Amino acid sequence: MKLAEKMRILAASVGTIAAVVAVTASGPVQAADKEQFFPALVYRTGAYAPNGVPFANGYVDYLKLVNARDGGIGGVKVTFEECETGYATDRGVECYERLKGKGATGATLFQPLSTGITFALTDKAPKDKIPLVTAGYGRADSVDGTVFKWNFPLGGTYWDAADILVQHVGKLQGGTDKLKGKKIALVYHDSPYGKEPIPLLQERSKMHGYELLLLPVTHPGVEQKATWLQIRQQRPDYVFLWGWGVMNSTSIKEAVATGYPREKMYGVWWSGAEPDVLPAGDGAKGYNALVFLAPAGQGQVHKDIIKYVYDKGQGTGKKEEVGEVLYNRGMVSAMMGVEAVKRAQFKYGKKPLTGEQVRWGLENLAIDAAAIKKLGFDGFMNPVGTSCVDHEGAHSGRVQVWDGKKWTVTAGPYESDLQIIKPIIRASAAKYAAEKKIPARDCAKDASS
Amino acid sequence: MLYRENGQFKTSYRADQQMLPILQDRMFMGLLLAFVFVGAPFVFSDYFFLSILIPFLILSLAALGLNLLVGYCGQISIGHAAFMSVGAYAAYNLVLRVPQLNFLVVLVLAGLIAALVGLLFGIPSLRIRGLYLAVATLAAQFFMDWTFARVKWFTNYASSGSVSTATIDLFGFPINSPVRKYLFLAAVVTVFAVLAKNLVRSHLGRAWMAMRDMDVAAEVIGIRPVYAKLTAFGVSSFYVGVAGALWGFVHLGSWEPLAFNITLSLNLLFMIIIGGMGSILGSFFGAFFIVALPILLNRAPDWLGIDMSTAMVSHLESMIFGALIIFFLIVEPQGLARLWAIGKEKLRLWPFPH
Repeated sequence: MKLAEKMRILAASVGTIAAVVAVTASGPVQAADKEQFFPALVYRTGAYAPNGVPFANGYVDYLKLVNARDGGIGGVKVTFEECETGYATDRGVECYERLKGKGATGATLFQPLSTGITFALTDKAPKDKIPLVTAGYGRADSVDGTVFKWNFPLGGTYWDAADILVQHVGKLQGGTDKLKGKKIALVYHDSPYGKEPIPLLQERSKMHGYELLLLPVTHPGVEQKATWLQIRQQRPDYVFLWGWGVMNSTSIKEAVATGYPREKMYGVWWSGAEPDVLPAGDGAKGYNALVFLAPAGQGQVHKDIIKYVYDKGQGTGKKEEVGEVLYNRGMVSAMMGVEAVKRAQFKYGKKPLTGEQVRWGLENLAIDAAAIKKLGFDGFMNPVGTSCVDHEGAHSGRVQVWDGKKWTVTAGPYESDLQIIKPIIRASAAKYAAEKKIPARDCAKDASS
Repeated sequence: MLYRENGQFKTSYRADQQMLPILQDRMFMGLLLAFVFVGAPFVFSDYFFLSILIPFLILSLAALGLNLLVGYCGQISIGHAAFMSVGAYAAYNLVLRVPQLNFLVVLVLAGLIAALVGLLFGIPSLRIRGLYLAVATLAAQFFMDWTFARVKWFTNYASSGSVSTATIDLFGFPINSPVRKYLFLAAVVTVFAVLAKNLVRSHLGRAWMAMRDMDVAAEVIGIRPVYAKLTAFGVSSFYVGVAGALWGFVHLGSWEPLAFNITLSLNLLFMIIIGGMGSILGSFFGAFFIVALPILLNRAPDWLGIDMSTAMVSHLESMIFGALIIFFLIVEPQGLARLWAIGKEKLRLWPFPH
């Protein structure tokens, strides 16, 4: 090591042109001792920008609020930097490499808002000891903390979402046993994101006897004529929509053109925000989607954001967009990250924490009803409590409907059936562990240390 | 003055046929290789390795493979990412199903499998040429996208269609740190570049170039078009297949069919057009241009201390990048490699140009 250090100094002192390139490439070194750095992987451009922008605004605004209202987390100032991924996996990985070492203690945690990027980072995060928070997306099997030590799909996974949707349509039919002989079509983004719910829907189809139609849509999803032709021919009883970005509004428009009733369409929580329905105009009326933790609307925390951030001219987006579905989701995602840091501060002290320390906070998260009220998230958050074996912490969801002007919650909350999901999680995680040669973690031993 | 070949006499056929006939070129190449293998690991940061050098090296290899086909043999292909994906999935399945194999063997086998598929999709080139062939190769792109997304066996029945790989172990030496990955890639790419350089100087390369320049005349002088075109497709797919396997195992670690979509095919084509068709060096220039420039542009405002919104930086990146492509193509339609050659030509006379 010492020799290598000397060689490094020697090589640097030679002062080749390449050295200059390297120095510029490594960027300015930030000297800061009392700060907690939150990297923000965002997409404000490209085909997914309509959905990426409000989420990023909510995420960043909440971090700004923590600084302005509370003076940081336990006195430690929050800093952040955005990096544009464009929802592309390779650029997402580049952003990760760019931001992972910034700040006093390196990146706190990453929230990539892309299942593809999550898959790529799942391999890298353990080596760098940085937790990966994927609230409502990412690998569903990463709930299993014994295999996925660094992944935290807080608040819900696609398997919960699919499960809740089947429960809901079952209830509409008068019991899940009445689903026998029915047809459910899954219109999905042809990527890991869209394919994730398939195993669960197949499992449920075996149980209840409904027929599952799988209709993939190629990225970015503006061409869906063939898909909807199949729907016209097959006449499914329900359509589950697993889209993102411009694909969602295109699906709704195609449903209008095909004459498929929007009331029978159910979107996952990533297909249920304002940018998904507004382009379809009146045609979107009656379309349903899941709610992830926070529905649209404003509560105490929004008042704070307006007061401390927007009224001081520090707002990231437009003031009237505060409280949109994806804005709220970004805000909740940031809040869970901040709460994890707070939790970890109890154990490690009020100082800038490393990713490894924050990971402990994420694994021992306990956001209960009282804490939610205190944070001003009343009505915009469900209690989340994690443990070594359960990195998800909450398994419920609600259903909302678009009435042409706003989203209204109509049904729920539903609890996903862990009896069905758990075995699939365990099998999938075990397979991953075998493929990657990951030794199983002993939770009892880890908790004591 | 510095760069003159005066007084360098060749006294044997061997000396006359060497890869770099000019002393200065040999010295430059020696220094470059010394820097790549010895100096670079001490100079660059991990970020630079992971985000710029590693993708650059792998895509250079892919561009090199495509250049053999398009630049040397004159057969246009806009489906080469498909052969990359064949290489990547072949390597994934070999490692999964025959875990005893050394990764180097896997790499060669993956290349061979890609070459076979390449030969198959090269068959139309015997009957059609130019833009029509381009459309036929597009079929390879869509066919492979479809295959790897739909045939579950290739992805080992992964529920999401995304596959992930374990760390490569080379003779008990894990390729896990950025520097090790880089050195491994640099070695592989050097070997393949030397092979390619010699290949295009051999009878096979000359046959390809004869095919490219005028296929009827080439046939008249005794070059078999079937042999020349199919070998070009095979060798090119082999290179690209190896690059694909490296892209999956060394760079991405886990990937989905989308990683090898049409955008990558087009990017490879842009690399050789901007870098220089029919030039080994051009493949490297082109790969650097396409891989590194957008990232450098994206980071430039930060380095210069200009405070700009993320969206603005991204838009600027696309605009400047596009403008630069047009600029370089107007300045030198034959690519960056041609600019380099002109520079060397000027250097021979420097500092006393007439």
